[in-house]
Amino acid sequence: MATLLEIEGLQTQFFTSAGVVKAVDGVSYTVNEGETVAVVGESGCGKSVSALSILRLVADPPGKVVGGKIKFQGRDLLQLSDQEMRDVRGNDIAMVFQEPMTSLNPVLSIGLQITETLQHHLGMSDEEANARAVELLGMVGISEPQRRLNQFPHHLSGGMRQRVMIAIALACEPKLIIADEPTTALDVTIQAQILELMKNLTRQFGVALIVITHNLGVVARYADRVNVMYAGKVIEMGSAKDVYHNPKHPYTLALLRSVPRLDLPRQAKLDPVEGQPPDLARLGPGCPFRPRCRFAVERCAHENPMLEQVESGHFSACWEKNNLTSAGKAVS
Amino acid sequence: MNKASAAMATESAPAPRPGLQENLIEVKNLRMHFPVTEGVLIPKVVARVKAVDGITFNIKKGETLGLVGESGCGKTTTGRCILQLEKPTSGEIIYNGVNLNNLSGKELVPYRQKIQVIFQDPYSSLNPRMKIRKIISEPMRVHNIIADSKARDKRVLELLNVVGLSARFADRYPHEMSGGQRQRVGIARALAMNPEFIVCDEAVSALDVSIQAQVINLLEDLRDEFGLTYLFIAHDLSVVRHLCHRVAVMYLGNMVELAECDELFDNPMHPYTKALLNAVPIPDPTIEARREHKIIKGEIPSPINPPPGCVFHPRCEIAVDGCSKAIPEFRELRPGHWVACTEV
Repeated sequence: MATLLEIEGLQTQFFTSAGVVKAVDGVSYTVNEGETVAVVGESGCGKSVSALSILRLVADPPGKVVGGKIKFQGRDLLQLSDQEMRDVRGNDIAMVFQEPMTSLNPVLSIGLQITETLQHHLGMSDEEANARAVELLGMVGISEPQRRLNQFPHHLSGGMRQRVMIAIALACEPKLIIADEPTTALDVTIQAQILELMKNLTRQFGVALIVITHNLGVVARYADRVNVMYAGKVIEMGSAKDVYHNPKHPYTLALLRSVPRLDLPRQAKLDPVEGQPPDLARLGPGCPFRPRCRFAVERCAHENPMLEQVESGHFSACWEKNNLTSAGKAVS
Repeated sequence: MNKASAAMATESAPAPRPGLQENLIEVKNLRMHFPVTEGVLIPKVVARVKAVDGITFNIKKGETLGLVGESGCGKTTTGRCILQLEKPTSGEIIYNGVNLNNLSGKELVPYRQKIQVIFQDPYSSLNPRMKIRKIISEPMRVHNIIADSKARDKRVLELLNVVGLSARFADRYPHEMSGGQRQRVGIARALAMNPEFIVCDEAVSALDVSIQAQVINLLEDLRDEFGLTYLFIAHDLSVVRHLCHRVAVMYLGNMVELAECDELFDNPMHPYTKALLNAVPIPDPTIEARREHKIIKGEIPSPINPPPGCVFHPRCEIAVDGCSKAIPEFRELRPGHWVACTEV
């Protein structure tokens, strides 16, 4: 598969009164055509900011992409003019946001919000755009699409609004869709519907998908490859199978062990990741996960490990990556 | 009021099996309908939101009952009725043999101390202008549990220690703390009242995965240490399975299934419970690839105008003609396993 998106050493920082927050600190990964890549991590790990950086949607000030390259089909998005970037957004790369309640404009009809993209990017006439909008709404499983065109977001439920967002994202047949927590605000049965819809549509049209989520179950069901982020860095990267069955970073291991699972016998006690995530404005030297890590050694305190390959296509940023056991202690 | 009430009224509460402890809470035929009004000066009731429409269950001493369901199923309203934060339209809430609905505001005061709540959102449930010390000590002052302010301060530090926060947090404001830390403050505030019963309303839902496990373990430890009884309201089925003794599933104001935790998860009977369990993705790509996914169709109908008959029938896979007419009885199909479905 050809590489569609190539992110190299992306650095996004926020300049705040509390200091410089390195929200994204040297993130590199690739997305191939038609594949689904998940970015997982907890609040504040930089997963959303890294995605917003791809589309250059980070508010400036206080945020700024200060380094790296984002190559989309060979072009570095960071070098494009604002006008060129506008042609990319919604046309080549589309975005589905978390909050279906706030990401649609409440005073514009559903139809207008879909046709706007079509007319701007593809230069369609009103009739063409309307016909296409009806087709799109049908595709995302909205009943009576013709009537919905004249409705407003507040007429629709959360699940329906997210379907409209997906319709807008698909409108110009983009190559890549970035979905930032697309189902976090939805109920579990509606979440299953929306994820299934996204999976089927992206397959049908060969669209690549970056899913940003904190839900490890969602990743397991839908992603081909996984990037695990912690404190602004990708700390583990690999195929979903490798990362879940053979995690090579203590954080991934701990995260997988801390969730109760429906398919396994009940545990007496959960095994949480102790401590709190670090303050990104006050990161010291060394590995940011060290204070919470069960495998930490002397070296972790002053040298920050780089992402290195452990097996084919599977990378980890940990000095002890070859000495992890699921029991939680390093092999002596 | 409608056919639903008539049918549900005849149902009896799940009988406690011999050998188990006595009931702490009995909820009988609880119904909470919120009026929808039109007009500003002379409001006219144009419809009623049937948030909870006739549910009956009990909670035994020392037990954790899980209450699960999707948005708008009435699980939070049920909790709020037990907390006496809403006045139910009808039905009884019996705490230790006393019907709380019949008590005056003054008579309720001792119960407000025994029954505590932990809210979902650790950001909006703490007063941003109070230091943690004051947040935790205020209810002790109001209820006159510890009259002396020095002794109260000492108790605050003890409570912080119990919930795993160091004493220095006492002088912080909520905005200086993370979500997980704030949730611990909420728990300390509930414990300050020496409660018997705590309603945990989505108490861990807003927390990150790694922090969620910490707070779940804390809730478990406290339950064992202080002999607490919980009503654990949540939408996350795996968390409920981990923490609860019995689980009740709600849909659109009705209880559709109630059973011992293992029985419910190993042998779900109601089609909605089955669909709900099937919709939860398992964090294992190999299992997910093999698993058969039956996606439940449709959306949750409006509780203003719920479907006739069984409220779940428009989305149900095994619905038959009769489901849209008669309201299914809440039946005990196995000992302690109650299901509201005629087709199982």
